[in-house]
Amino acid sequence: MSGGPQALPVAVGARREAIVGLMSLSLLLVQTLNGLQLGVLLFLIAAGLTLVFGVMDFINLAHGVQYMLGAYFAVMFYALTGNFLLALVLALLAALAFGLLLEFSIFRHLYDRDHLDQVIATFGIIIFLNQAVKLVWGAAPLSLPMPEILSGSVSLMPGLIYPVWRLVIITSGLAVAALLYGLVTYTRVGMLVRAGATNAPMVSALGVDIRRLFMIVFGFGTMLAAFAGVMIAPILSVEPGMGDTILILAFVVIVIGGVGSIRGAFLAALIIGLVDTLGRSFSVDILRLFMAPSPARTVGPALASMLIYLLMALVLYFRPTGLFPAKGR
Amino acid sequence: MSVSAFLRAMLTTLRQSWAGLRQWPASDVAPLVLFIVFALIPVFAGTGAEIYLLSLFTRVMIFAIAALALDLIVGYGALVSFGHAAFVGLGAYAVGILASHGISEILLALPLAIVVAGLFAFATGLVCLRTKGVYFIMITLAFGQMAFFTASSLAPYGGDDGLTIRARDTLLGFAILKNDRALYYAVFACLLGAYLLCRAIVGSRFGRVLRGARENPIRMASIGFEVFRYQLIAYVISGALAGLSGFLLANATSFVSPAYMSWQRSGELIIMVVFGGLGTLYGAIIGTAAFLLTEEWLSGLTEHWKVIFGPLLVLVVVFARGGLVGSAAKLAHWLGDDPVGRGKESAAAIQADILRRAQALRTLASGHSARLRPLMHTCCNGAGRAARRLRDEIAGLSSQLTRRFRGG
Repeated sequence: MSGGPQALPVAVGARREAIVGLMSLSLLLVQTLNGLQLGVLLFLIAAGLTLVFGVMDFINLAHGVQYMLGAYFAVMFYALTGNFLLALVLALLAALAFGLLLEFSIFRHLYDRDHLDQVIATFGIIIFLNQAVKLVWGAAPLSLPMPEILSGSVSLMPGLIYPVWRLVIITSGLAVAALLYGLVTYTRVGMLVRAGATNAPMVSALGVDIRRLFMIVFGFGTMLAAFAGVMIAPILSVEPGMGDTILILAFVVIVIGGVGSIRGAFLAALIIGLVDTLGRSFSVDILRLFMAPSPARTVGPALASMLIYLLMALVLYFRPTGLFPAKGR
Repeated sequence: MSVSAFLRAMLTTLRQSWAGLRQWPASDVAPLVLFIVFALIPVFAGTGAEIYLLSLFTRVMIFAIAALALDLIVGYGALVSFGHAAFVGLGAYAVGILASHGISEILLALPLAIVVAGLFAFATGLVCLRTKGVYFIMITLAFGQMAFFTASSLAPYGGDDGLTIRARDTLLGFAILKNDRALYYAVFACLLGAYLLCRAIVGSRFGRVLRGARENPIRMASIGFEVFRYQLIAYVISGALAGLSGFLLANATSFVSPAYMSWQRSGELIIMVVFGGLGTLYGAIIGTAAFLLTEEWLSGLTEHWKVIFGPLLVLVVVFARGGLVGSAAKLAHWLGDDPVGRGKESAAAIQADILRRAQALRTLASGHSARLRPLMHTCCNGAGRAARRLRDEIAGLSSQLTRRFRGG
């Protein structure tokens, strides 16, 4: 018994430290997975954006709206069919049809305009569709239930429980990335896409129907964005304007990665996803190492929100055309 | 009188009256009319809707200053800044932060707003101007977002919710901006000053270098201009002017918030400039007025006005190339076009230019030493012969033009 009263607090302290250490380790793992999930989502959107931009030299701000529409279509078709997989497929088809309609009616007239005109016209489409969605489905946020089997959580390691659906997003996103890599690297269309991103007029001069190539690329990009929208809908609320924030993030991704480069977009998306998520959860703790707690609590969140922009400014300072520029200019 | 005959008569009248007006270049008439209208608004707004119209047009003129600033770099330098709202916000925050410390002196707040915005432009410009095209758009967006998030985190100054300013700024203790009408004319004076300044800049040697760099930066660099420095100075001037707009905005609304710096706001500024017509300066003012007044009008019609506004933007871009000013010019062109007259004018100008140059060469030669003189004379005679040949060629072309268009 002697020495017990002194020894006990020490033991408790050590155990508490161990628990805190374990907790922050599992927190770090969870946040890393979250960052990965955000990165994969960003990649799905940025892939289409960077291809459309790289191949067609077309800045499509309305790409974020395609993501939103994907989510809304999924909610609508889920209400009709009651089957998530069916809703996913139908939503993708509907988004594709709508995207092609936009391409036919408006975008086609903008390809040979300068970037400013494209920015403004597609900004007009954003304004229109955000409001139109409000008119059709109401301003209140909607939700899309996830499939029953995938709705639970799974224990990845002792003390680390993670929702299955987020793992589904990560794996399906990585699968799409692999598929895209295969398509772009090993198929004829992929070869044309790569050639188009490097020098579109030359590809056209070699006798390729560049308009058809544009349409394929555009349709594919639209479906990828819609897919991202459907997959994230069970976690986020489906609401008007949900595409705006993600659009800016996707632009940050393609600029860091280098316009037109899928490889660059993939890497940049993962970097952005991780930096943003980890920055948000740990910035206050890290800052507290250097400063008093109360300013750290104020500065931390602000620093966390601007971290990715800081990163972009740094990347562009040292590599003014991004990490993997596709154009050989 | 048949309808078509009536229309034709109308058209003739229009063409003729237009021909009279055409003697005055549009770049002078349009801004003059614009500023006269702005100056008269408070007179017309003497009745019921006064406050509403006054505050609406105050807003229009304040944003017109920011749009002017943006046109200076986008229209004349091809530097598409997607973060210009940050400069406006910085100017506004300078006023707000000073006011929250009980300082509301114009002589302090105004220079601070302009200097802070200018310094921010200098610091970010050093980085941004290393990039080009779409990368420039994105990096300016990045700095705009950084300013936005910094403002949102300023907890002592309202954070996300913003900051209410209790009273407008005073000049040496006199509340000269207290009256809405006085504020209106103060804003008017600022807009006029900003417009004249921008016009002077654009017309100066500096402005020509900037435009040269817009067309071909490599060529400008190779003939000895340090393009980066010119662009940086233009960027700082533009930022400082936007800061002035922010100073006025904070005073007009008595409120400052991070929303002033949002990327949507920057996008709206770009739309205003393109809406009016890039690279015309007064187009930026017209575009701002058209944008804000359309927004005001449509939002009065229906709650879902954006469903109309969005497609309107698309239509303007697809069909009205060159913005409102460009479309007006096209219309004027169609109404009173005189290709032969224009051809003759430009031919005469070229003739005069060649002769002037030849004369200058001759004068230069006569001032030189005896040994050099014969050589210079040979050169000058050669130039003179070339000039005469060119002149004859132009005269021939011009008479050909006359024959083709007049059927003579």
